Amino acid sequence: MIFSRHTLLVLPLAALVSGCGSSNDNPLISGSEYQYRVTITNLTTGQPFSPAAVVIHHSGWQALELEQPATVGLEKLAEGGDNSDFISAADADSDVLSTATGQGMIAPGATEELTVSVGLVDDHDLSLSWVSMPVNTNDGLAGVIDARLSGWDVGQSETFLAISYDAGTEANTESADTVPGPAASGLAEGFNPVRDDVRNAVYLHAGVVTGDDGLTTSTLGEMQRWDNPIASVRVERLQ
Amino acid sequence: MKRTILAVALAATPFLSQAAQFDVEITNPTRGIYFTPLLVTAHPDGISLFETGTPASSQLQAMAEGGDLSGIVGLLNAAGATTIQNPANGLLTPGASTTATLNTDNAAANTRLSIVAMLLPTNDGFLALNNVEIPTEPGTYTYDLNAYDAGTEANDEVRGSGTPGQPGLPVPPPLDPVLGNNGTGVASSAEGYVHIHRGNLGDTDLNRGSSDIVSTLHRWLNPVARVTLTVK
Repeated sequence: MIFSRHTLLVLPLAALVSGCGSSNDNPLISGSEYQYRVTITNLTTGQPFSPAAVVIHHSGWQALELEQPATVGLEKLAEGGDNSDFISAADADSDVLSTATGQGMIAPGATEELTVSVGLVDDHDLSLSWVSMPVNTNDGLAGVIDARLSGWDVGQSETFLAISYDAGTEANTESADTVPGPAASGLAEGFNPVRDDVRNAVYLHAGVVTGDDGLTTSTLGEMQRWDNPIASVRVERLQ
Repeated sequence: MKRTILAVALAATPFLSQAAQFDVEITNPTRGIYFTPLLVTAHPDGISLFETGTPASSQLQAMAEGGDLSGIVGLLNAAGATTIQNPANGLLTPGASTTATLNTDNAAANTRLSIVAMLLPTNDGFLALNNVEIPTEPGTYTYDLNAYDAGTEANDEVRGSGTPGQPGLPVPPPLDPVLGNNGTGVASSAEGYVHIHRGNLGDTDLNRGSSDIVSTLHRWLNPVARVTLTVK
């Protein structure tokens, strides 16, 4: 059989349409697999991070918005380190393409590596966000919000420096019965639905005062202080 | 086998002309720091409001110690800058945002953006975006701003004056009920050069202690402000 030049040029499209799996009703949006390695390093001395929540998304979804009230999923992550509601809410959003959760706590100075895959037609309007709780806080968050991945070549990488946020959902008493991390009693309740911080909105964390610096109600010591950047997050496109 | 064949290049053709009109939104995402009236200016390359590691000008000192913009505005007007003062009509409270719209249609040389305001309560702390090139391609750009210390006044952290050269914190009405009283003063001296602010110390004693600043409300970690620039 002899193909004309025109036929040869359109063949890849026909191959794509016919070759796509029967499990997908719309083969044209399944595209190809993009894969990213996410390497999170905890840059604090006394703030273990709760299991990482990593989300690949379009700009229509935001992990958090400054000066807007936290979602309940974000509140649970920030007050108790439990990312399950946050992840399931993200999974239900049409602007979220893929989610991943870390294996466990990321100790101070430690690094965790996750691989996230996403099927894409193209990588236009593609971002990555990561959040964890620094667990020796009332409602702190460490995060990289909306790191842009569009237009990356395979093998390309970039390191993003994370800053700390306050979920604005719980008063920063730093007390033993409200801080869930190991610097406290271990008996703290973590999440509760009351919102009693200075305002009901996500803002930039002011850090912890600690008992060593005169806050007598604080169960924390100077080792729990940190500065920004609180973490570094290296993202590499693997395929 | 799945292949990507629909990866159409969607990149817009960059505008080659200089940005003419843009919106500058400034958000105060701190726990409890107030911003004095903001200065937002597009100005020529080659001028700066300050340089870290060197002494502040008297005009910068007046802004950093008392929120007085008049000296800086005078310098900027002489340089042909396009300047907006006080877009929030007063203090920008914690959690609030304000927007300044600048138009450089008739001032093509004004290619750099600077923003300053004093931070309250501090002795001579200020936020700054210093001499950033304004993008020419339409789009939205985000900047996080750090807090600087003008180095012109001791950080004694007690109620006092906003007049340049006078010690203490200026206390406009919204700050009055949230500060302590009768602080004995944090031992300190003017540093002599503009640098990254080391933050407030504060204390938890509202009736005495060394500081009238409240450690549970008035500390921060950089950044202290977020700026969203929209180039049209």
